[in-house]
Amino acid sequence: MRILGLSAYYHDSAAALIDDGRIVAAAQEERFTRKKHDAGFPKNAIEYCLRANDADMHDVDYVVFYDKPFLKFERLLETYVAFAPRGFSSFRMAIPVWLREKLFQKDLLRKSLKTHLPDFDWQERLLFSEHHLSHAASAFFPSPFDDAVVLTMDGVGEWATSSVAMGTGSKLEVTKELHFPHSLGLLYSAFTYYTGFKVNSGEYKVMGLAPYGEPKYAPIIFEHLLDLKDDGSFRLDQSYFDYCTGLTMTNDRFADLFGEPVRGEDDLLTQFHMDIAASIQAVTEEVVLRMTRALAQETGSRNLCLAGGVALNCVANGKVLRDETFENVWVQPAAGDAGGALGAALCGYHLFKEQPRPVNNGRDAMAGSYLGPTFAQSEIEQRLTDAGAKYTVLEEGQMIDRVADDLADGRAVGWFQGRMEFGPRALGGRSILGDPRSPSMQKNLNLKVKYRESFRPFAPSVLREDVADWFELEADSPYMLIVADVRPDKRRAMSDAEQALFGIDKLNVARSEIPAVTHVDYSARIQTVHADTNPRYHALINRFKDKTGCPVLVNTSFNVRGEPIVCTPEDAFHCFMGTELDVLAVGNCVLAKDDQDPKLKRDYKDAFELD
Amino acid sequence: MSFILELWKFLRVRKKFWLLPIILMMVVFGGLIVLVQGSAVAPFIYTIF
Repeated sequence: MRILGLSAYYHDSAAALIDDGRIVAAAQEERFTRKKHDAGFPKNAIEYCLRANDADMHDVDYVVFYDKPFLKFERLLETYVAFAPRGFSSFRMAIPVWLREKLFQKDLLRKSLKTHLPDFDWQERLLFSEHHLSHAASAFFPSPFDDAVVLTMDGVGEWATSSVAMGTGSKLEVTKELHFPHSLGLLYSAFTYYTGFKVNSGEYKVMGLAPYGEPKYAPIIFEHLLDLKDDGSFRLDQSYFDYCTGLTMTNDRFADLFGEPVRGEDDLLTQFHMDIAASIQAVTEEVVLRMTRALAQETGSRNLCLAGGVALNCVANGKVLRDETFENVWVQPAAGDAGGALGAALCGYHLFKEQPRPVNNGRDAMAGSYLGPTFAQSEIEQRLTDAGAKYTVLEEGQMIDRVADDLADGRAVGWFQGRMEFGPRALGGRSILGDPRSPSMQKNLNLKVKYRESFRPFAPSVLREDVADWFELEADSPYMLIVADVRPDKRRAMSDAEQALFGIDKLNVARSEIPAVTHVDYSARIQTVHADTNPRYHALINRFKDKTGCPVLVNTSFNVRGEPIVCTPEDAFHCFMGTELDVLAVGNCVLAKDDQDPKLKRDYKDAFELD
Repeated sequence: MSFILELWKFLRVRKKFWLLPIILMMVVFGGLIVLVQGSAVAPFIYTIF
């Protein structure tokens, strides 16, 4: 039985295909349309999923959409009624969108799908799952556990903003929910807005900024903004927020509480904003920990699965892991709404059609999250030639040797190999790599390659077998969703003068043997690399280790700020030519910047709208 | 037509018939707004829309 899962029309549209319960393909639409967070119907992603499985729409038994539009509309109306007459400006903006389009999503979906297959019985075969059930399914069914507690947290779905579900075998049941407007995701987004970043994409930046500050505003947040109970449930005081009735996240009362206005996009980031970021991060961790501790006590389960946008907060995930209330923690790599497409398909298969769960043998079913498009060597060569690239084709071992040499010499390398990752992280399929021992690597990659803010940290990829020698982590973290500290013996003692630095100045001080991936608080967002899921990347790091003694690489997504991660060899070549990347490895092709036609260089910095 | 039928079923299952007059009012008001306004573009606050 083949089931296609879809998420669309809000943000991060995606498609995922499962075949007899096995996840065979999944991709986000933005990677094909090159429009970040593309919310349109995922036409390209669907075509890719079918093509990857040598199927067409005739072979699909059911299509499952990841949420229920009518329930969302119900929430919308009840919210307006509850707050009326406030909220008219928001109502005026929202209603036309709904009346013209969103209310008719089923028809819209049916029409779009009919272009693929006109005679299909969409009335019977187009199904809908609830938003948080989709998240929960995406977290539990691919996990390595036979039974687990599933905690999902995000901004909002239909009504739910957090949910708890119990998973056993092929069964999954939601047992409790926290409802809108009381939302941990929206609370974090409110602070994202307040610190001058874009809601729904700047949350990573707040998390990255937090270690530069002190959580001195956390008591104010606990006292005024939320009423937090022992089990982690809470209510937000809506008199400080504007998202129910207005077009912003917070109001003047919120700004008055902290004493500064909302930061403008181009305003300087000050210590105040870093302290605010540290405070909301501390509050988020406290809420999540209270939830997980209460769940462990209530259920007695040893296994926890996480999904929803808040589960991308890898600092909080790391705290949950180290809290040891659960023996095992598994986080869905596509924890955001794109992963809802996968969850919807799994809901359709296991819950609606009551099909059994394939045996996982204690491993997760995400295949390293390498579920996107791949290109054969001959196709790569053809595409690069057509794009005007000059390249050398090497044997696999030679290619790995050459790239490891370049990395050891301090060059920034674009690494395009195998299938593209599903989820927001690049995991060695579409990555930019660098030498983590270089003190200038973080700054150079941020400013010359990624064109993004200099305070943002980079993540390390480390061989699974060596992770405990370099970081305070014993567990697998294949999806870069766990943060842990660099081991004390790898850290470098800081002088008194260096200790006295604060804020972003701290960044320029080398704090460990691998400064490029060590954040100012010695933390690192770790990816463990496994030979069975990505042998080529594993071999590269191994070769780098042979040359340097260091089994770690800097790994950041292959894109510039505001650009979706590259999907095709042409995307990779264009990004290579638009940035100061030195080397590009696509399959067995190796490209050096100096060999390329300078006329093909392009202004890439301003090609994408900033996120 | 199938849309109205589905909406009716939805209200029945959710036991939310009290929403019906509000929906009708909103359709009227919203319809006016749609007529007056040239385009319907959702602002980027995903929480509501």
